[in-house]
Amino acid sequence: MRVELVRRSERSAAMAYLSPLLALLLTLIGGALIVIVWRLSTVDLSNPASGGFFGALQQGFVDYGRFLYVFFIEPLTELWSLEELVAKATPIILVAIGLSLCYLSNTWNIGAEGQIAVGAITGSFLPIFFPDWHGPFMLPAMLILGMLGGMAYAAIPALLKIRFGTNEILTSLMLVYVAQLFLDYLARGPWRNPAGHNFPDSRAFDGGQILPTLFDTNIRISLIFVFVAAFAAWFLMRWTKMGFQIKVLGQAPRAGAFAGFSQSRMVLITFLISGALAGLAGISEVAGPVGQLRTTVSPGYGFTAIIVAFLGRLNPIGAIFAGFLLALSYLGGEGAQIALGMSDQTTRVFQGMLLFFVLACDSFIFYRLQIVRTPVMQTGTVAS
Amino acid sequence: MELIKEGAASMAQSRHRPDSPPLLHAIGITKLFGSFKANDGIDLAIRPGEIHALLGENGAGKSTLVKILYGVLQPTEGRILWKGQPVGIPNPSTARKLGVGMVFQHFSLFEALTVVENIALALSDRKSRSALAREIETISLEYGLPLNPCSVIADLSVGERQRVEIVRCLLQNPELIIMDEPTSVLTPQEADDLFVTLDRLTARGCAVLYISHRLEEVKRICHHATILRHGKVVSECDPQKETAAKLATMMVGVEVRKLSSDLPPPQNTRTRLSVQNLSMPQPHPFAVALSNITLEVKAGEVMGIAGIAGNGQGELFDALSGERPCHAANSVSIDGKPCGDMGVTARRRMGAAFVPEERLGHGAVPRMRLSDNVLLTRHATGDGLLRGGVLNPDAARELSDRVSRSFDVRKGTPDPEAGSLSGGNLQKFVIGREIDRQPGVLVVSQPTWGVDAGAAAIIRQALIDLARSGSAILVISQDLDEVLEIADHVAVISKGHLSPSRPTSGLTREEIGLLMGGMGEPHSADRGTAYAG
Repeated sequence: MRVELVRRSERSAAMAYLSPLLALLLTLIGGALIVIVWRLSTVDLSNPASGGFFGALQQGFVDYGRFLYVFFIEPLTELWSLEELVAKATPIILVAIGLSLCYLSNTWNIGAEGQIAVGAITGSFLPIFFPDWHGPFMLPAMLILGMLGGMAYAAIPALLKIRFGTNEILTSLMLVYVAQLFLDYLARGPWRNPAGHNFPDSRAFDGGQILPTLFDTNIRISLIFVFVAAFAAWFLMRWTKMGFQIKVLGQAPRAGAFAGFSQSRMVLITFLISGALAGLAGISEVAGPVGQLRTTVSPGYGFTAIIVAFLGRLNPIGAIFAGFLLALSYLGGEGAQIALGMSDQTTRVFQGMLLFFVLACDSFIFYRLQIVRTPVMQTGTVAS
Repeated sequence: MELIKEGAASMAQSRHRPDSPPLLHAIGITKLFGSFKANDGIDLAIRPGEIHALLGENGAGKSTLVKILYGVLQPTEGRILWKGQPVGIPNPSTARKLGVGMVFQHFSLFEALTVVENIALALSDRKSRSALAREIETISLEYGLPLNPCSVIADLSVGERQRVEIVRCLLQNPELIIMDEPTSVLTPQEADDLFVTLDRLTARGCAVLYISHRLEEVKRICHHATILRHGKVVSECDPQKETAAKLATMMVGVEVRKLSSDLPPPQNTRTRLSVQNLSMPQPHPFAVALSNITLEVKAGEVMGIAGIAGNGQGELFDALSGERPCHAANSVSIDGKPCGDMGVTARRRMGAAFVPEERLGHGAVPRMRLSDNVLLTRHATGDGLLRGGVLNPDAARELSDRVSRSFDVRKGTPDPEAGSLSGGNLQKFVIGREIDRQPGVLVVSQPTWGVDAGAAAIIRQALIDLARSGSAILVISQDLDEVLEIADHVAVISKGHLSPSRPTSGLTREEIGLLMGGMGEPHSADRGTAYAG
């Protein structure tokens, strides 16, 4: 008997939606194993007071229960943490929407983290050099500069690919570190606040340089950008010729060329769109929750967005749901660190497992499992 | 030459089915896919030393049966006896160990690897690459299947890839070889060479299970035929005692429609597609350069371009469609307007339509629905599928339904993904999508490759009808029968050179065969100047 993956004649729509849920379930099981093993590793099994192996195992299950609560439930129980959740989800979703378009066209922008940093830098140019300008055009100008910065930085791997055939996965990823180091240099050096007691930050933005909040909360208007971008991207993919081109070139480049679509043009366009959204996310961080340019503006949102894009089925609307789940993992990770004393890398482990499982489960969209009975072999020559 | 004569001599003798107990006996093979019975209680006995034809339309269950015999699929019910002993064939490597070899119709080769590497993967005994390469060269020479063992598969044409499959199979000294449409890309001479090979194998007691759509060929070489329809054995016969028409009737159940081109091609009409001194360098080192190609197709006629796979057909198609435009605008003209430097969309707008050789991945996107695939070639031709850049799915759906109706595209759901259709149905769709436009010029490559007799007849008739309504049709095909059947004029492409075209009537197969073999190419002295333009 063996288990086989058998190709389906058509993609399974049901599995396309079930796959992320299945992945989440598998992640929870994987998480349980990690928490229990972690608990076992912290207990001195030779000490009778610890209750021995089974005592530790039991404690592990209890811990896992607490972990689940702290990780997934607690952040949703209080207003301040809900606001925090939205604040974290906003940049992640913005970036993920752009990346979804990229990945659908079979273009692999892995460098959104760098494009966020560059967007933050170019957008901060105005409030740092014109600190007294608070007019109504200040914020729009900052946002536009941020987007242009992200676009320009994303254009580098795109043009390298078009002109020289370089692998955009490598170039876009390597440019992340260039951007981060440049940001670090600016925040510590030329753009440091002279009146800032030598802290490596720029001056704090204020007034018309900060994104306004919505209603009476700490939620900023960048949340509206998310919905606008998601709707625009959904419309683009579902209803326009451009969206059709993206899908065709992503699935069958040869058929795309036959249809008269240009692969090079699409590489550039999708990189520019995703760069613009990453740049917008970058400047929205700086002109929002952070309020000044620092040595780092993002705790890995650009990479988390890759997971969000896939978990959201490369669908802009799906990215919204997936974005909130992954934002939760940031808050939950902090909670697990505080409440259980787990490592601060918990969030990353959780995110990594989720991406791994969702990509694995996606196999079932195009394949199904089949158990093959091997007939008994009766001739000696056949058996190997 | 020696081989051909020998082959012809042995062909002349009538063939008798060897009278021996079966080498392989399949009893009551049934295979269910869900509720669909692909095979329904099939009995098949193959005797050593015979060429056993397996006939049937696409979808009759031939591929399923063959995959079961080769261990790719497991039967839902039924037994297989090998030399009288019941055996299980759980996977192809067991089949190979038993002595069953297979040459697939859809090649199972790794594109990124070389010929030697691909073959080494299928062999269980390890030997050095260079020894294996020598062996491949020996076998490929012996059987008239020239191959460079170091070529990367991705750079080989369809015909050359098939040679790799055949050589790979022969290297394992099988006792039963299953061949799925082996001659569909070979020239008549190459096919003759293959038949000699098959005769040598059967003389040694090896059996061949031979799947083909070419009835004349089956009549000529096979000792026995089993005919499948809708998953069942409908008849067994000695193909030499039946007429081709009788075999076809058993296969499809009804008399195959005879092509009608009652109207002769109109005389003295205007030229709609003109190619003047088209030369293109090789796009990559393993491709073919086009040199000084000149041809004219007039309104109302079908022009055929025959030739062996890998002689520049793909490159010519790309140059004609505009997927790879050239610098000289004058080299290609549609209805008198130069367009050599324009892309495919511009050429479509001028009234041209194109159907490439590969249905999946080139002519259609496998994972997209038919209504989306309609948009692929018709987004810019004024069919109302777009309104100011916004899609109009209703119009696309309507168009795809219209194509499906007029070309009898059979599908399980109203709007299935292209990849879920059978080869014949998808080909009808891909060609119907273009003919539906009533294009002034239609360039079509391999219109009936891997397509069953019924679908092929519909496609060929549609091409002739379109021509007689005033369009110019250019058919690039490696199927000589097809070219002779539908073309009014024929030219032969060989190593990127195109022979002058000749009227099909009064042209013999031998003349075309010689041109295919390179006799129509200019002498080497002329070649130096060929690329000057």
